[in-house]
Amino acid sequence: MTNEEMEQLAASIEQMTEIAKSFGLDFYPMRYEVCPADIIYTFGAYGMPTRFHHWSFGKQFHRMKLDYDLGMSRIYELVINSNPCYAFLLDGNTLLQNKTVCAHVLAHCDFFKNNATFRYTSRDMVERMAASAERIYHYELQYGRGRVEQLLDAGLALSEHIDASTDGRNARKVVKQQQYLHRRGEHQVVFTSNPHASTPYDDLWELDGKPPADDAKKPIVKPRAAQKDVMLFVIENSSTLEEWERDILSILREEMLYFWPQLETKIMNEGWATYWHLRIMREMDLTDDEAIEFAKMHSGVVLPSRMSINPYHIGLALWEDIERRWNEPTADEIATFGRQPGQGREKMFEVREMENDVSFLRNYLTKDLIEKLDLYLYQKVGNDWRVVETDWEKVRNTIVASRVNGGIPVLYVEDGDYNRNGELYIKHEYEGVELDLRHLERTLPYLHRVWGRQVHLQTVVEGRDVIFSYDGKKTQRRFVKE
Amino acid sequence: MIEFTLEREDWSLHRKGQQDQERHREKVREAIRENLADLVSDESLIMSDGRQIVKVPIRSLEEYRIRYNFQKGRHAGTGSGNTKVGDVVARGRPDQDGAPGPGQGEGAGEQPGVDYTEAEVTLDDIQAVLFRELELPDLADKEAADMTVDTVEFRDVRKKGLSTNIDKKRTLLQAIRRSGRPHEKRVSITPEDLRYKTWEDITKPDSNAVILAMMDLSGSMGLFEKYCARTFFFWMTRFLRTKYANVQIRYIAHHTEAHEVDEEHFFNKGESGGTICSSAYEYALAMIRNEYPPERYNIYPIHFSDGDNLTSDNEKCVKLVTELCSMSRMFGYAEVNQYSRASTLMSAFGKFELPQFRKYVIREKSEVYGALRHFFSQSGGVRSA
Repeated sequence: MTNEEMEQLAASIEQMTEIAKSFGLDFYPMRYEVCPADIIYTFGAYGMPTRFHHWSFGKQFHRMKLDYDLGMSRIYELVINSNPCYAFLLDGNTLLQNKTVCAHVLAHCDFFKNNATFRYTSRDMVERMAASAERIYHYELQYGRGRVEQLLDAGLALSEHIDASTDGRNARKVVKQQQYLHRRGEHQVVFTSNPHASTPYDDLWELDGKPPADDAKKPIVKPRAAQKDVMLFVIENSSTLEEWERDILSILREEMLYFWPQLETKIMNEGWATYWHLRIMREMDLTDDEAIEFAKMHSGVVLPSRMSINPYHIGLALWEDIERRWNEPTADEIATFGRQPGQGREKMFEVREMENDVSFLRNYLTKDLIEKLDLYLYQKVGNDWRVVETDWEKVRNTIVASRVNGGIPVLYVEDGDYNRNGELYIKHEYEGVELDLRHLERTLPYLHRVWGRQVHLQTVVEGRDVIFSYDGKKTQRRFVKE
Repeated sequence: MIEFTLEREDWSLHRKGQQDQERHREKVREAIRENLADLVSDESLIMSDGRQIVKVPIRSLEEYRIRYNFQKGRHAGTGSGNTKVGDVVARGRPDQDGAPGPGQGEGAGEQPGVDYTEAEVTLDDIQAVLFRELELPDLADKEAADMTVDTVEFRDVRKKGLSTNIDKKRTLLQAIRRSGRPHEKRVSITPEDLRYKTWEDITKPDSNAVILAMMDLSGSMGLFEKYCARTFFFWMTRFLRTKYANVQIRYIAHHTEAHEVDEEHFFNKGESGGTICSSAYEYALAMIRNEYPPERYNIYPIHFSDGDNLTSDNEKCVKLVTELCSMSRMFGYAEVNQYSRASTLMSAFGKFELPQFRKYVIREKSEVYGALRHFFSQSGGVRSA
């Protein structure tokens, strides 16, 4: 982008901001940064400019950059859920492309700000991640790069198993309060019953932040109810982790909590942004050449894929369908639901606020739409992947199911004192799709690393309950006796 | 609050991605080092003339997660209209057992997700790691004389040359041959018939180490045995050519008789027959006497066999090997012995206490690496497990 183009872009952004506001979009102040490709890809790989160092990000960066260099794929932009909202534009984009991108990110920002799923995300995550990265760097200096890296390997492997739901949040609040009360009770008995107490003032030293002497022998608790937040359970109850290690795992968990809503609203969010960049760009004065370039770019973005669901494509179709159905309700819809014509936009803003991908798809992916989009299910048959289902309900249900928990298997901690030996027992909530056993067997050692004792995971293979156990040396699997 | 800002900063010092990419590369190299024994004996590598990229399973580099098995699930796709049950979405590659996920096989670009389970490694990457560990043992400074010799040898015949060097016999032969054609009346010599003798400058290489690679090609050497021996010599040749620019390698193949063969023959041809190892040793000794005086050359005879020697020949072998050892910096005897049977030759060599003598038993493919390290390390070598 030349300086002249930068000026033109600034003028366009001003215009687009006004247009977006007139449409009713509501966003944080925007900070647009034009960066070279390797910077954009760095941020893409790390998810955030300020995140800590890890080789897996380097690997991801290399792969993405290679795809870009070979012309196989490209990221147009990167937008960060924060206040103010940072948007990174690619220097190599044409002026028109960057205009489109700006329109696109305005809608993303509106979504971050107003969708219910995002209500508890930290809006200062850029700074927080920078501070976390700083802490991790200091741990590297203190405990050695190798140890920190090994812990990060384990932590990142498990970091998806958290509980980002409101229920989980509330439950944690209750637990915190109880722990607080419990701890106060403990202090009262320290004087008389703690054999390790060498002086009556031990509890006072603790207030200075000194860990109690028998910290490692913390009672291993049974979760009151099955706990979905495996990370939190490990952080609180592991018998092996040192304080700095708990801190690192807490960082990973906090970062995953921040990213989680984006996993849960991928289709909605991309569809929303695509819907609006289309509307905003239509309001702009484009030359003939620009109009063609825009059409090309847009159609590239919404290109359907035979092997997957393109969130831009499906998302856009869903939003436009909602608008149409509430603008021009059928006689039936007017009679049954009392739906008045012309409420399309209003309905869209309501949906944007209330739903996530699962409810969005379940409520608005209709029979007509599935048939119009020609959605189907395919499966491996012999060596080939073949279409196995076109019935709309089954197609919808499978798509919905694939979005449950952000597409990540749901695990529950069942027992933190299994076999009365402090072993960890986790159950996979099987819902018809088996786990990748090769990956599972290699992830268990990571779990063992952070738990410190034998770990077990129960899942279903070929219709039978199977328990995978790892004792620090090898993984075993056995069937559950019925 | 300012509604928006648009800025362009100087990012040239931002190297985070590159730094972590470098760390990833480091880990790949570590993984190669760990897997070296298997890599060295990788069939596809040896058969590929070194051009091929091999995929190395590198466990520590995959990011394992608890995730769904893509192969077993049903997935949604988008058609272009009128899709029917039974339509093929993508063709799989047959017998791709254990393929853990998408992103592999043909049409990988079309499959969702990209997660390679293996890192691609070129021959050069492996060499870089492998050769760092190897060296010629006990290399001594030999007389540096006779680096080049100014003799000339006439050993080529060409169509152009100096008239004093006309090869009369060949010129006449050529004239007769041409004149034999039906429309020719009599024998005449035309300029095209002229043949000239030409000479070559003989220069002796400036290095003075020689490897005498001896391999048993008898009938008892099965596929596995030959494979191991050739793998060893493959790496040995590459290693020497990379690290010691002018080391000579002479190839001697034997069954009941020994003869020198060229590299291609040595690596590709099979023979059969009985085994008399002493023939190879005799041949090597003769070669040393004629061409490689020990006071000028570091001599490294290395012999690969299955140990299945003619029993009556063993005594002779011991005598010859003792003599070879006295002339050599190191004598290597490697035995490919898949089933750990008692071999006649090894039992004969078992009593050797000579410092130059090194032996190694290869029981499985991955031990080729051990043999390389054993022979090409400083004194003593690495004991076989």
